[in-house]
Amino acid sequence: MDARQAEAAKSRLTPGLDADTLTHLQRLEAESIHIMREVVAEAEKPVMLYSVGKDSAVMLHLAAKAFYPSKPPFPLLHVDTTWKFRAMYEMRARMAETLGFELLVHRNPDALERGINPFEHGSALHTDMWKTEGLKQALDKYGFDAAFGGARRDEEKSRAKERVFSFRSAQHRWDPKNQRPELWNLYNARKAQGESMRVFPISNWTELDIWQYIHLENIPIVPLYYSAERPVVERDGALIMVDDDRMPLRPGETPMMKSVRFRTLGCYPLTGAVESTAATLPEIIQEMLLTTTSERQGRVIDHDQAASMEKKKQEGYF
Amino acid sequence: MSHQSALIAEDIEAYLKAHEHKSLLRFLTCGSVDDGKSTLIGRLLYDSKMIFEDQMAALEADSKKVGTQGGEIDFALLVDGLAAEREQGITIDVAYRFFSTDTRKFIVADTPGHEQYTRNMVTGASTADAAIILIDARKGVLTQTRRHSYLVSLLGIRHVVLAINKMDLVGWSQEVFDSILAEYHDFAAQIGIKGFTAIPMSALKGDNITESSDKAPWYKGPPLLPHLESLDVEDDLREKPFRMPVQWVNRPDLDFRGFSGLIATGTITPGDRVKVLPSGRESTVARIVTMTGDLPRAVAGQSVTITLTDEIDISRGDVLSIAGQPPEVADQFEATIVWMDDEGMLPGRPYLMKIGTRIVGASITEPKYKVNVNTLEQLAAKRLELNEIGVCNLSLDAPIAFDAYKDNHTLGGFILVDRISNRTVGAGMLHFALRRSQNIHWQALDVSKASRAAQKGQKGRVVWLTGLSGAGKSTIANLVEKRMQADGRHTYLLDGDNVRHGLNKDLGFTEEDRVENIRRVAEVSKLMVDAGLIVLVSFISPFRAERRMARELMEDGEFVEVYVATPLAVAEQRDVKGLYAKARAGELKNFTGIDSPYEEPEHAEITVDTTTLSPEQAAEEIVAWLAKN
Repeated sequence: MDARQAEAAKSRLTPGLDADTLTHLQRLEAESIHIMREVVAEAEKPVMLYSVGKDSAVMLHLAAKAFYPSKPPFPLLHVDTTWKFRAMYEMRARMAETLGFELLVHRNPDALERGINPFEHGSALHTDMWKTEGLKQALDKYGFDAAFGGARRDEEKSRAKERVFSFRSAQHRWDPKNQRPELWNLYNARKAQGESMRVFPISNWTELDIWQYIHLENIPIVPLYYSAERPVVERDGALIMVDDDRMPLRPGETPMMKSVRFRTLGCYPLTGAVESTAATLPEIIQEMLLTTTSERQGRVIDHDQAASMEKKKQEGYF
Repeated sequence: MSHQSALIAEDIEAYLKAHEHKSLLRFLTCGSVDDGKSTLIGRLLYDSKMIFEDQMAALEADSKKVGTQGGEIDFALLVDGLAAEREQGITIDVAYRFFSTDTRKFIVADTPGHEQYTRNMVTGASTADAAIILIDARKGVLTQTRRHSYLVSLLGIRHVVLAINKMDLVGWSQEVFDSILAEYHDFAAQIGIKGFTAIPMSALKGDNITESSDKAPWYKGPPLLPHLESLDVEDDLREKPFRMPVQWVNRPDLDFRGFSGLIATGTITPGDRVKVLPSGRESTVARIVTMTGDLPRAVAGQSVTITLTDEIDISRGDVLSIAGQPPEVADQFEATIVWMDDEGMLPGRPYLMKIGTRIVGASITEPKYKVNVNTLEQLAAKRLELNEIGVCNLSLDAPIAFDAYKDNHTLGGFILVDRISNRTVGAGMLHFALRRSQNIHWQALDVSKASRAAQKGQKGRVVWLTGLSGAGKSTIANLVEKRMQADGRHTYLLDGDNVRHGLNKDLGFTEEDRVENIRRVAEVSKLMVDAGLIVLVSFISPFRAERRMARELMEDGEFVEVYVATPLAVAEQRDVKGLYAKARAGELKNFTGIDSPYEEPEHAEITVDTTTLSPEQAAEEIVAWLAKN
């Protein structure tokens, strides 16, 4: 335990408010832990989806706390697209090892064989094949009946109505008109053979909550969130990082070194960087608080069509 | 998102330090379709600077395209989520929104004001610390206002804000405000809302939302947001006796055994004496374990792992409580139930109840009354339909630890789950235990079921024949009984028609009567099996849930389900009693197969197909199966 954690532990019960009032982060943490324990108690074979991003980092940290001194009683699953940033693959290996999780990696064999990539096949097909199809394949392959995801309700309008325990048919479909009511903190995890639950323990966290918590709890994150000089090209109004030599450059495009960072992480050809000099967590939070665009703007998939996220979710995307 | 505190730009570290200490308030907004509820939420997000430029640009574009404000910014569009709903112009589900100020984070449950959706509002209300009830100043207290207020009071929300909106449209008239206030005051007292704060405002124009408006100098109270910032949150939870439902037993190795859970109420310290319910065993708290070190004390709202000084048997579903003030234990209750499923509540049908972390079988009696949520009248009812609220008695399969909902939401609030579809079909709030449940105990007898069966040289069980009217159940059951008698077995045949002439002559053919019919027959069968008899039951018994209830009354292996399979067309053609003809002619209501469903068994022990087997052959198969198993 370092100095910051020690201080956090000490201040746990004596925040600046009147004596015992829990802070919003303490209440969010307690709620997330409660959700994770409910799943472990009621599901037969749970798994935690790991995307290597900051939300995943928080989720892993919460899982470690929820079951301490036991190890979290489920594996991590990374649905890989082969197109993530190199720094994410390094982080993935490190995190699984440090926290002692079993790490499963699934790459859609059809997509692998057909060499699906965002340059030739477009972002829609790329996302559908690698992520939506890949996830369904992995869940079926291992027979997981409950999968934790790091989605938050503040990310996007259609997510605001998502339940914490989201019921999926045997075909992994989500029916927004047929969701189970969720009252108090009583979650109904019962389901028939073949059906499954997606569970979102950090539903009620906002982007600011996530960053504050990472700061307070000293949680390791991928260095791409911090500013550094990186090779980028400007393409269709976004700054795309040339992370490896698989990226075909268009005529007239020359990678230039710029001080950039990423607000969200995904497949590098689909993730726009922002110009920034924020190199520490407080600076990142400061930048976020003063900024004027929302977090998902850097994600190319949301712009494909109106209500695109809702459509993807019905098809089985997280 | 710019909280325009100058502190962010100047000293981010100081800003972060301050913001680590925000508290959290969950609130619910309720109003009718045109009260401006979505506009109010959109306005709160906007005024607390939670809207980004790209979202603002999208909002402006949408406002022009589908907005209802004549091209002006339509804040409601910010919160109307799903595509289908946007087209209909109404929100149809519960959505959660987030914003924060310098002192508090807020979670808003946005629930629709549309007639049909009591269910959604109850859902949103269940987690709310405060409720904002919107009133259109031009319309005053409406039926919907009464309904929303009743539900707010039913769910025990502590803080009520009466937002008298659209004051700009009544010229900020104090007279209008005062008369609405007076009317609501009387009504609130009637339904048990102890106190509320009324605020005149215009959500559309932003008056009295974040800052006091100069349009209403006569109003001396706080604007909405400062008022929400000042409400106390979980203080009262900490003052109640300690309760923690055990979620999970944490056992990494033989040396550690901890009990994990979210503390519902009270506080706990190592050394405190605790009691485990329903077992009643006691021990002492040894440690409160977290990853960042043991805690000297834990309070309501924290997720912890507790170890005890003694090795006592505790599992998921038990409740840890402070030894001096334990909750009661009982298995029969009176409760208010809100029905949430398209398929109505059937008295007597066995449901699953989840309360705290405990899941237990529960059946519900006929409602004592249901409540008309618009007039608050108490009405007689045989069952509860979607969005109906009633007061019923509940009978559980096992005793549970509980507190009245008004004293403890965690130990008194429950959901009901359908055993077949697994849907969440209802929610409820416990009032009190029925006295008789604490006084009736099973008599332990020296002569047992086993000794009675042994005396007869057989194994007592129920052979349950189900199938359509005219399938041949009674004929086959009669043949089976004859064969068994001939073999020296002690049997009894319960036949649908015969039982309906006596024991069940008060029952008709509605769905609830059919459920009660089967429940009685199952209970009678159980007593006969206890007497060591082989009971043949020949009943249509059309619903899976009731056959399952009968099965669960018996011990493993005692219940033998026989599906007498006959296609409807064949049964109708046979029409031995002429009933199908009458049903087709409309002279017989609720006839199985015609205007009442038959649910085929999924896991019958024996299926006999009467289109290929004669009754004698079918009886032979059943007797052979019983001899082998």
